[in-house]
Amino acid sequence: MKRYLLGRLWQSLVTLLLATIVVFLGVRALPGDPALALAGEDRDPESLRAIREQYGLDDSLLVQFWQFVSHAARGDLGSSIRTGESVVSMLSSALPVTIELSALAILVAAVLGVGAGVIAAVRRGRPAEWAANALALLGLSVPNFWLGLMAILYLSVALGLFPASGFVPFFSDPIGNLHHLVLPALILGTGLAAVIMRQTRSSMLDALSADYIRTAEAKGLPPRAVIGRHALRNSLIVVITIVGLQLGALISGAVVTERIFALPGFGKLTVDAVFQRDYPVIQAVVLVTATAYIVINLLVDLLYSVIDPRIRVRGEA
Amino acid sequence: MTGSVLEVKDLSVTFRTEDGPLSAVDRVSLQVTDGEVLAIVGESGCGKSVTAMSLAGLLPRTATVEGSVMLDGVELIGADKRTLRSIRGREVAYIFQEPMTSLNPVFTVGYQISEVLRVHNGLSRQAARKRAVELLKLVGIPSAERRVGDYPHQLSGGMRQRVMIAMAVACDPKVLIADEPTTALDVTIQAGILDVLRALRERLGTSVVLITHDLGVVADLADRVAVMYAGRVVETAEVHELFARPQHPYTAGLLGASPSAGRHAGTHRLNEIPGLVPVLAQQPDACTFADRCPRAIDICTTKQPVLAAGVACWNPEGR
Repeated sequence: MKRYLLGRLWQSLVTLLLATIVVFLGVRALPGDPALALAGEDRDPESLRAIREQYGLDDSLLVQFWQFVSHAARGDLGSSIRTGESVVSMLSSALPVTIELSALAILVAAVLGVGAGVIAAVRRGRPAEWAANALALLGLSVPNFWLGLMAILYLSVALGLFPASGFVPFFSDPIGNLHHLVLPALILGTGLAAVIMRQTRSSMLDALSADYIRTAEAKGLPPRAVIGRHALRNSLIVVITIVGLQLGALISGAVVTERIFALPGFGKLTVDAVFQRDYPVIQAVVLVTATAYIVINLLVDLLYSVIDPRIRVRGEA
Repeated sequence: MTGSVLEVKDLSVTFRTEDGPLSAVDRVSLQVTDGEVLAIVGESGCGKSVTAMSLAGLLPRTATVEGSVMLDGVELIGADKRTLRSIRGREVAYIFQEPMTSLNPVFTVGYQISEVLRVHNGLSRQAARKRAVELLKLVGIPSAERRVGDYPHQLSGGMRQRVMIAMAVACDPKVLIADEPTTALDVTIQAGILDVLRALRERLGTSVVLITHDLGVVADLADRVAVMYAGRVVETAEVHELFARPQHPYTAGLLGASPSAGRHAGTHRLNEIPGLVPVLAQQPDACTFADRCPRAIDICTTKQPVLAAGVACWNPEGR
């Protein structure tokens, strides 16, 4: 297990380095010049040169890359070209918002998706399954941004149930914080819930026709144990894989959702940075995203072995 | 012999299919007395497994079961789900053919055995685990204390089948239904499993319904035999009687088609029964075996014979 973990960490570092190179070059290949963006009306060549020098933009790519990597390794991601604020502090205020939003969205998606999927499988061919299938199709087809706008229009503006936009930090006002995040989390979670529901339904159907379910029934176990323990535990392996794969979609979904609900999160930070050619911020954002992917994938792999003993990595037993 | 533990009367099973109702079991009657091993033999698709599953209501919803199954005076056909659940695993326990897939891969074998004890006997987690170790010892699993924490994939096929048996006898059931318990195992492993079943029956006095197509297993373990053909019981007899003097032409055919290690081994070609097993749904009122029967007479194709004096045949062997 230890060896496996070390191997995985090494792989992760290589992946991270590759991601960094790609981003670094990608950002610089974008049309637009940060010096021009910064200088604004003042297009004087002298001041442009001063700006380039100040941010190291006149150095060779290799030097710039080395600067970036060596600073990043020490936890210094530079400062925003736009505002001069340190990127680390920008991230530390934006990330918690997005992490909380995503966690809530996954919670919503898992509860709705697994619940509806189990019901659809157990009540196969009956109205409950049709209803669950129809809802899943709807959840998959309706775009997040439209659903978000409708929710704001009807639930926030017309009925006044939830705030339409804004954010309150959890530690200053936990209830207000959740109140602000319920709607975005629901909106962000619906698409994922639909995917999870369909996956849960089909893997539950597989599990329910397995021989070990017949054994469980022959033992005289109540349906709750047969379905909730014996069948569901086996189905969850596939569901977790899907959730892991869908996290990418969740992050891009978060960008849109944060924009709609004006949440000061990672998504907003990303979009603003791209529009302003804020190289250090873009680089940091992508680095964090790549790290998140790698960490989540590792967690998913470790979760497998918790749920399915057959996947337990060699060397542990 | 004491009274019947299990009494099956006129049991019929029909499946709803897209092509209309399909009859799988037709008016089967069986008795199992205390401590007896009754073997149900027949070819694949003759309805023996369906009969076994229907006894404790384990068939899918598409099945309609009629007739009567009395377990120690309690009627099981038409019993409510709660009653059936309390009987399954406690009074009627099953051993299935595929030990590879019949155990849940994500739980330890100890947990799966404990489950039965906890649900029926209300044992605590620790007590159930302790009992699980004893049961594993009972079915001959070495270093049971360690094995109790193993997952099914860590055990061999024979060991898994022993675990299935341990699970089945956990609550000391009155009837053990073993559906092809050795079919999926290597021949060398089979003998071990049969030994376990024989020892349990002697030690616990459990009645066993043994479903098999293997006449060697029948000769080894059974007291009495019911031969099924196309959903009907065509002959019942004491095991020695059946092997020595089969009455139904189908039974005679089965015996002729099975290899024996006797003096003819390897020198005689096995006899096969010509033709195929008919689909029960298409059967008119006739003997189901008439088309393939070497002893068929006129009446066989016009009237269905009933089980009398241990055989359902208009023209049985030895008359």
